[in-house]
Order: sequence, then C-alpha cells, then structure tokens
Amino acid sequence: MEPALANLEVFAATLLELARADSDLLVVTSDSRGSAKLAPFAKAAPGQIVEVGIAEQNLVGIAAGLAAAGKNVFAVSPACFLTARSLEQIKNDVCYSDRPVSVIGISAGVSYGALGTTHHSLHDFAVLRAIHNITIIAPADNFETREAVKAAAKLSIPVYLRFGKKTMPHLPRLLPGFDLGKASLVRQGKNITFIACGETVAPTLAATDLLAADGIECRVLSMHTIKPLDEAVVLRAAKETQGVITVEEHSVNGGLGEACASLLLQSGLNTRFKIVGFPDDHTVTGSQTEIFRHYGIDGAGLAATAKKLVSG
Amino acid sequence: MLSVPDLQLKSVEYRKNLLRLIKTAKAGHTGGDLSCLDILNVLYNRILRVSPETFKSPDRDYYIQSKGHCAEALFVVLADRGFFPKSDLDTLNQYGSHYIGHPTRDVNGVEQNTGALGHGLAVGVGIALAGKIDRRDYRVFVLLGDGELAEGSNWEAAMMAAHYRLDNLVAIVDRNGLQITGSTEDVCQLAPLDQKFAAFGFEVCRCDGNDVGDLVRTLEEVPFRPGKPSLIVAKTKKGKGVSFMENVAKWHHRVPSDDEYSQAMAELDAVEAALK
Repeated sequence: MEPALANLEVFAATLLELARADSDLLVVTSDSRGSAKLAPFAKAAPGQIVEVGIAEQNLVGIAAGLAAAGKNVFAVSPACFLTARSLEQIKNDVCYSDRPVSVIGISAGVSYGALGTTHHSLHDFAVLRAIHNITIIAPADNFETREAVKAAAKLSIPVYLRFGKKTMPHLPRLLPGFDLGKASLVRQGKNITFIACGETVAPTLAATDLLAADGIECRVLSMHTIKPLDEAVVLRAAKETQGVITVEEHSVNGGLGEACASLLLQSGLNTRFKIVGFPDDHTVTGSQTEIFRHYGIDGAGLAATAKKLVSG
Repeated sequence: MLSVPDLQLKSVEYRKNLLRLIKTAKAGHTGGDLSCLDILNVLYNRILRVSPETFKSPDRDYYIQSKGHCAEALFVVLADRGFFPKSDLDTLNQYGSHYIGHPTRDVNGVEQNTGALGHGLAVGVGIALAGKIDRRDYRVFVLLGDGELAEGSNWEAAMMAAHYRLDNLVAIVDRNGLQITGSTEDVCQLAPLDQKFAAFGFEVCRCDGNDVGDLVRTLEEVPFRPGKPSLIVAKTKKGKGVSFMENVAKWHHRVPSDDEYSQAMAELDAVEAALK
C-alpha cells in the first residue's frame, strides 16, 4: 500500500497525471499554487496552469469562460474564499450557465484552524446545496480523492470538490470501487450507523473501535458525495440499525446532517438521529485536531455521542 | 454586411421592434436597450463573425452581454439575424418562456447567462485566453454598462486581460451616464474612465455609440494595438431615439403608456421616412 498522504497532495498528483493525457485540461489558481501543492504541476505542465492573482471572483469567471471555449477546467483556491467571495460566479457563471468547471476548495473546513474564521469553510455545503446543478464531493481518504478527481475530470457538469491538508489514513473498504453518488461502506455493524464525510470519517472509525469494546457494533459510511445524496443507503441505515449519527466538518446548519434529516423525515422514518458538526456559534481556534476534539469529532467524543443515542 | 445607410435604417427598425416588444410584454429596460441598440446593430450586422449556422463553431466570434438587463435589445437583433423566429418574442416574460428579462443560453445565439452585473468581462477574458492558448483567431466582444463598472470584479478581469495581452478581447462600455438612481458620476464617479482603463493596460478609443458610422470605423480598427486588449468608450444617450426618453433616468425600466408609445413610434416613423 502506498504511504498515506494529504488528500491535497493526491489531488495535485492526480491532476498532473490527467493533464499529461489531456492537453485541454487547465488549472486556474489565485496565487494558491503553493497552498494547493501545484508547484510540481506548474513546472511539469507550465502551459496548463493559469494564474489570476488574489482574485477569487475573477478565478471562477475566467474558469467559466475557459470552459465555454471547450477547456476542461479546475478552478483551485482555498475553500473559505472560493465558496464565499465567488459564490455568485459559481451560481451564475458556472451552474446557471451549465459550464463544466471543477471548483476545487482546498484546505477546507478548519484545516487552517488557528487562522480563524476568515479561513474556515463551514458554510460551503450549505450554500452550494441550495444551488442547482452542482455535484458536491468531500472525499475521505487518498483513494476517494484520486477517484473523485478523475471522475470530476470526466464529468460534463459542475462539480465542487473539497478536502483538507492533513495526512489522511487509508480507510478499509468493504466494497470495491468508487461511484459518485454512492456512499462507501467502511465498516459493517448492526447497532448504530455513522454517516460521515471528508476528514471526519477517520475519527468516526476510531469511535467504532471504542464502541466495539462496549459491545456496540457500528456501521460506517463515507458519504463522499453530499449532493446528490445516496438516499437509499441512508434509508437502509435507518431501517437496519437503531440510530443514525451524521458527522461533518461543517456547520450543523445546512450540511450533510440536515440533508439526511430531511430525507428521513420526509420518508416517514422515525429513527434516533444526531447531527455532529459545528454549532451555530463563533468557532474555537487551534489545530484541526484540537478543534475536532473540542466539538466532539474525535474517537472519544463520537463514542460518547453514540452511547447517549443508544441509551435514548 | 450592411452599409452605413442600411445600418442607420436598421437601427430605426430595431428601435420600433424593441418598443413594440416592451409594450406588448409590459416590461423591459427601455432606456438602456435604446442606448446600446446601435452598438448591437453594428456588431451583428457588420463586425461579428457569427451567424446561426456558425454559432457552435469553435472559430466564431463571441459576444457576451455583461449588461444583461438589456436583453430585449439583444433579442430583437438576434431575431432579425435569424437565430430564432421573430414570433418567439411574442412569449417574452410569459410563463415558461425562454425569453426572459435577462439573456440565457436557452435562447439560440446567447453565449452566456448574464443578469448579475460585473460578470461578463471575466468570462470574456476566459474565452479570449482559451483562444490564445488554442491559437484560434476568434475575437471576444463584451458589452458593459457604465453603472456596472462599480463592481470590482470588472477591474479584476481588466487586470488579467492586460496581463495576458489579450488583444482578441474588445470591451465596449455603453457610456450613457445614467443608472437607476441617476447620474453615474453622482452615484459613484467613473471619470476619467478612459484613463482608468488605459492605466489598467487597455488601448482605449472613444466613439459616438449612437452613430453607426463612427461605430463601424472604430470597431473595424480592433485591436487598436497588438498585444493589448481594446476598450471602447461608446458615448451614448439612455433612451436614444425617442425625444422624451433621452437622458431621463426614469426610463431605466419604464414601459411607455399608450400615448407615449404612439408618440415614440411617430417619431421613429418620421426618422425612417427621412432616411429613406
């Protein structure tokens, strides 16, 4: 097995592989090639990287124009700026205008934990879920990142792909392959289902080890595609296990958890249910690991949440 | 390709079609439509290398209407050029129609969905940059309203256009000097507009944006300088062609009453008769 890397590094390496095979593939960056680990890409494929400077609105508008002229475009910038400052460009120039741009939010969530709220993206799922015509992906590990980038390059629809910069462990995969819109089964269990995404899948798996010692068997799903949601797997979890816990590096408002809650309620399924994410409050600062622990997104915190849910 | 006298007549025809359209639909950005109509006329009947047959060609010239609220002017010209049947415009703003108050790609001939201001120039930069990368010789024309230049995204795009030496990009400012609140200079001063774009790296020309002859002479000269994007400050009158609408801010999106409509059409009929 290859050494575990940050999903960011896997993204950059995969993109270079794809660019070598597709001269129409272009990466557009906003003074972010260093942050995005794209310096090797720039060196190896200098004709396939477009720099726009620190101008995220321009980044997305130009990306839409390049796509209009037939280019396979990846617009790369820190997720915090990309999905806030250039939201109108994503909405109108890309999604409304049907431009197949891959919008890549790097250092997402609280990857820049100690830099404060300006550099956190805990809103991106919520705002983009409300915009028609965009697929939202948060891969959990290197495998999902590589497959998601390859899928985005092939798709002729707008895609938002976000990941962090911390080294991510390889996850066990009980079923082979990777399909957009289909959750990956990471662990099988009958008591509780964890539905997590992105960099919260790994701590969720840690929680299941603690819970197993107490005789609580957990199912873990990596819901790498937040939109369109794998509805069938969520409904099955609600029917086959005694409760569902969603986990995300995002506000509890409008993200994966509320997508699942809405689905379950509208399907008439009454199950024990908990959304774990960031509360509607000023966010504490620190490293990503410290912030996760603060909000109970670590093995111990998630195990405690699960026990509470089981005990009702 | 129309001669200048034919273009003059065509402008009157377009103005009449435009007012008929707005009157029937009971909605439209009348003042801005009338100010930019001569620019659209010259672009589509003289300058742009695009037609219904070549609209999907990778070598066509592109036109992006950043001032999307003046969709009715674009629709009138596209209909006349055969991009869709003129009768389609009978559905303007009606339930389920593709012909709405802003351009969308559901309408044949429209390159980009616009409406929110300050978006068109960046998209134009992207298309022009792709043309340079692919060594295609198409040009990209972007029509900007002067009021929308308060949006900072325009200036981000302007910097990039010069940085990448996009001499295949032509930005035209419909400089009618009015926005919904009043004078652009009272709302957020733009002057000296030509110096600002020149400082951003554009080669700038001024022309009379309601004089088709001047527009032809100016647009046929692009790029004004190799290696630099072109910017045309096209001085226009909001409401141009109807005496009581000219330079009156309230006509930004006012629909003429029956009496006003009759008077406007009579004025245009008289101009048309004189030209013939």
